[in-house]
Amino acid sequence: MDEHGAVVLRVVRALLGPADAADAWSETFLAALEAYPRLRPGSNVRGWLVTIAHRKAIDHLRAASRAPLPTDHLPERPSVVGIGADSDPELWEALAALPFKQRAAVAHHHLAGLPYAEVGALIDSSEAAARRSAADGLSSLRKTYRRGKAS
Amino acid sequence: MTTDQQVLHDLMTSGPGLHPDDQLRARLVAGADRAGLLDVAYRTVDSPVGPLLLAATPAGVVRIAFGGEDHDAVLGVLADRISPRILRAPGRLDDAARQLDEYFAGTRRHFDIAVDLRLAHGFRRRVLDHLRSITYGTTESYSTVAAASGSPAAVRAVGSACATNPVPLVVPCHRVVRSDGTIGQYLGGVEAKRALLALEAA
Repeated sequence: MDEHGAVVLRVVRALLGPADAADAWSETFLAALEAYPRLRPGSNVRGWLVTIAHRKAIDHLRAASRAPLPTDHLPERPSVVGIGADSDPELWEALAALPFKQRAAVAHHHLAGLPYAEVGALIDSSEAAARRSAADGLSSLRKTYRRGKAS
Repeated sequence: MTTDQQVLHDLMTSGPGLHPDDQLRARLVAGADRAGLLDVAYRTVDSPVGPLLLAATPAGVVRIAFGGEDHDAVLGVLADRISPRILRAPGRLDDAARQLDEYFAGTRRHFDIAVDLRLAHGFRRRVLDHLRSITYGTTESYSTVAAASGSPAAVRAVGSACATNPVPLVVPCHRVVRSDGTIGQYLGGVEAKRALLALEAA
């Protein structure tokens, strides 16, 4: 668990933003502890944990989209980035603006190091489509994030 | 110009919550505890005989490992033999850590700690049960321990029971010495055994 804690945190931060990451991280490891005795020996633990983290992140996004917004402080624009004391809000906003598949492809491949075939399985895409999602995601991050920084 | 590498670098390094901190880990431990998913808790402590790994099940302290043993390997064995639901959870071992501190400071002569001896079986287990009755500051010979454990001839087996004692210090295998008065071997090294006996003789 010690070994993969940081990777899982990177993934859920990218999928949900820093504010919700702690919850999703705890939920991921609780679910992993629960299921761990059933994990086959020799399994790829990191891939398995990222899969759990992916599902927990989706649960969070679903719950967030169902939750009524507090009317007294409506955000200027909808964002899945929480109100995090953050040194680099532009980055997280740029990330949150990506379609979920692109965000997940960037996170799972570039931050967690999963091969595109496994990334594809997680986001219901082929290996080639997963590769394209990651490339598209990164390319629009490069543009929007740079613009955010310059402004 | 922003490159992919810069974007990825920032994603990896920017913002709070980059690494699971103590608070986040404590939350996980509390959640796991509530859900009954924490089978083995562990922590390390510093001691005059080197860093010690302490591990406990809900039943009690199940393993104490000296620095000379590979702590990761010890945790691996605990995962195989007890449960893979292992977390670094210092709270569950605070009491044991404090009592060990007091022991090394010379202010504690008896451990009041629940011990889980599930890793020892048969004769070895009987030896460990007997060792717990050897009081602070005294020693017994391997042959005395063999007789007290019900097998007077099993002197060598007492040696292996001591060498594989899962909970040294608390189960005081360091108080078993050779009949000729020499110190005999010790899991934590002969120097550590000498230091413990000197501490208890003071």
